[in-house]
Amino acid sequence: MELKRKPADDTRIKVGKKSGSVMTLPLIIWLVCFVLVPLLLIGWYGITVENPDGSMSVSFENFKRFADPIYLNPLLRSAKIATITTVVCIALGYPVAYILARSTAKWTNIVMMLILMPMWINFMLRIYSWASLLEGNGIINSLLVSLGFEKQQFMYTEGVVVLGTIYNFLPFMIMPIQNVLLKLDNSLLEAAADLGASPVRRFFKITLPYSVPGIISGVAMVFVPSVTTFVISQRLGGNKVPLIGNIIESQFGMAGDWNFGSTVSLIVMAIVLAFMFAINKTDRAEVNGRGLTL
Amino acid sequence: MGEHIIELVNIFKQFNDAHADRPVLNNINLYINRNEFLTLLGPSGCGKTTTLRIVGGFETPTRGDVFYLGKRINDVPSYKRNINTVFQRYALFPNMTVEQNIAFGPTIKKWDKSDISKQVQQMLELVNLVGYGKRTIDTLSGGQQQRVAVARALINKPDVLLLDEPLGALDLKLRKEMQYELKRIQVESGITFLYVTHDQEEALTMSDTIAVMNEGVIQQIGTPEAIYNEPTNAFVADFIGESNIMRAVMIKDYLVRFLGCEFPCIDAGFGNGREVDIVLRPEDIELTEPREGRPVGEIASSLFKGVHYEMRVVCGDELILSHSTRYFEPGTKVSIDVLPENIQVMEISTSSDTIIGAKRAQLQNLYRENAGGDD
Repeated sequence: MELKRKPADDTRIKVGKKSGSVMTLPLIIWLVCFVLVPLLLIGWYGITVENPDGSMSVSFENFKRFADPIYLNPLLRSAKIATITTVVCIALGYPVAYILARSTAKWTNIVMMLILMPMWINFMLRIYSWASLLEGNGIINSLLVSLGFEKQQFMYTEGVVVLGTIYNFLPFMIMPIQNVLLKLDNSLLEAAADLGASPVRRFFKITLPYSVPGIISGVAMVFVPSVTTFVISQRLGGNKVPLIGNIIESQFGMAGDWNFGSTVSLIVMAIVLAFMFAINKTDRAEVNGRGLTL
Repeated sequence: MGEHIIELVNIFKQFNDAHADRPVLNNINLYINRNEFLTLLGPSGCGKTTTLRIVGGFETPTRGDVFYLGKRINDVPSYKRNINTVFQRYALFPNMTVEQNIAFGPTIKKWDKSDISKQVQQMLELVNLVGYGKRTIDTLSGGQQQRVAVARALINKPDVLLLDEPLGALDLKLRKEMQYELKRIQVESGITFLYVTHDQEEALTMSDTIAVMNEGVIQQIGTPEAIYNEPTNAFVADFIGESNIMRAVMIKDYLVRFLGCEFPCIDAGFGNGREVDIVLRPEDIELTEPREGRPVGEIASSLFKGVHYEMRVVCGDELILSHSTRYFEPGTKVSIDVLPENIQVMEISTSSDTIIGAKRAQLQNLYRENAGGDD
């Protein structure tokens, strides 16, 4: 009989605290200056209102002000657009990631290049080029007209905003999934085949459960930026498709109401944190549990 | 003769990659009887794993046929074959417990739930892992993982169990234990084992039949005793155990000449005056005081090995390795003698020149090192 193993934590080596703190000092300074202080400022602005005399007083009035369809609708629309974007990115990205990871063909490198290349170009430029493609007098419409069709209105719809978010965030879904699938040991699939699993069952019993951590990273990397985007909705949606990002942007910009802008920011941050917490839970459950069952 | 559960006929395999100039398997013919423990033995790259993978359905032969109980199964995918595999690095599912791993096959095959849990318990007993069912794979030692892999395969009651170097990752002591364990399981379960290893001792200990492979060709098939005592060529002799391999001449039937002397032997039918290869096992070489009519040599080195002394004798341009319980000082003149039945005469094979050359060079290097050390 073997001795019972001790929990792994017992054997973990503890890093010396002193040497560690010196090495991490620059990072800590950075984090304090550019993450912690701004966060505290947003927190402070968020729970205060500016009095007519310019002084600030603590108040939750701005939270009440947020409970208004003018602000709630963009929030819901953001959630809807981010959800659609995420689902479509999984549907489009998973097969691509699967083929890229499992195929030994040489052309997969070229495909990977094609997926990554747009990301070398500035984000704003890519959005502006979509606009110039789709505008009323844009390239696609010129083409349609020259072919004898009528001009189409593509811009300033939810659909085109979703197109923009999918276009921009799809690589962030493909990469983490491809990454986990690359690490999937082929002998596990052979073992499953050996034990009687058909190709379809191998996919659902082995491949898919092993891709869950990749899908979850992908969801985090697609959903969160989609829910908070404002450039895509501004440029492609005009003011017809306001998202919660646009509300925040206009409060800090045009309206100059930093307090309310901060309040909305806090609310969005809380939603995002709750979302991240939830998917991290799923992640851990999937890894420690037995994966998806079918 | 038993029933041929698996039969490979004229199997030829070539991969479409960088090594495409040489086939991995070149005309393999092999059958496995029911309840047999057959081992494919050979150096790495000899094609033994590819042969096993063809039986398992993970590779398809370029040419040739695979038969399962007389039916051709070339096109039957692995998941439809009643054959299970213990993979080289076990390939256990890391996100499942021991029980879930073992129950994988039966679950896929939709066995009755209560039956599955009963069978899983029986398997845990068979492989001595009772109480480990709820453990995760990463909390198990290498030996335990190995046994889970065996249980996961055996629960499916396969007709043939394929084992691809299953003990390769274990330390020596555990390996020896597992050799007995696997042999016990094979006898108890009555399942046919096709075993792949490069470890000649492992093959000799466990197998009913050994097929020695080299460069995609089966060199010899036989019982462990036959393979060891009557190797059919220099490669087999060299690969299985320590040996002295040299060129000799058949004077006539039952008389062979080597080291400048004639020795009676028990082989015939090679033709008078034919060149042959002979194998002398170190433990079969008798060293005596110099005698008339027997080659005389000088002890080059003498090492105590526990059960015997390992001595090297320079005799003409040959270096003879001898294991003997009788000790001779280095520098002593001795005669070499071998009993007729201990001289194994073989046809000269394509690889024998290189093997004899390599063995001679190796021995001479050792001799030079020893001589240098003495100065």
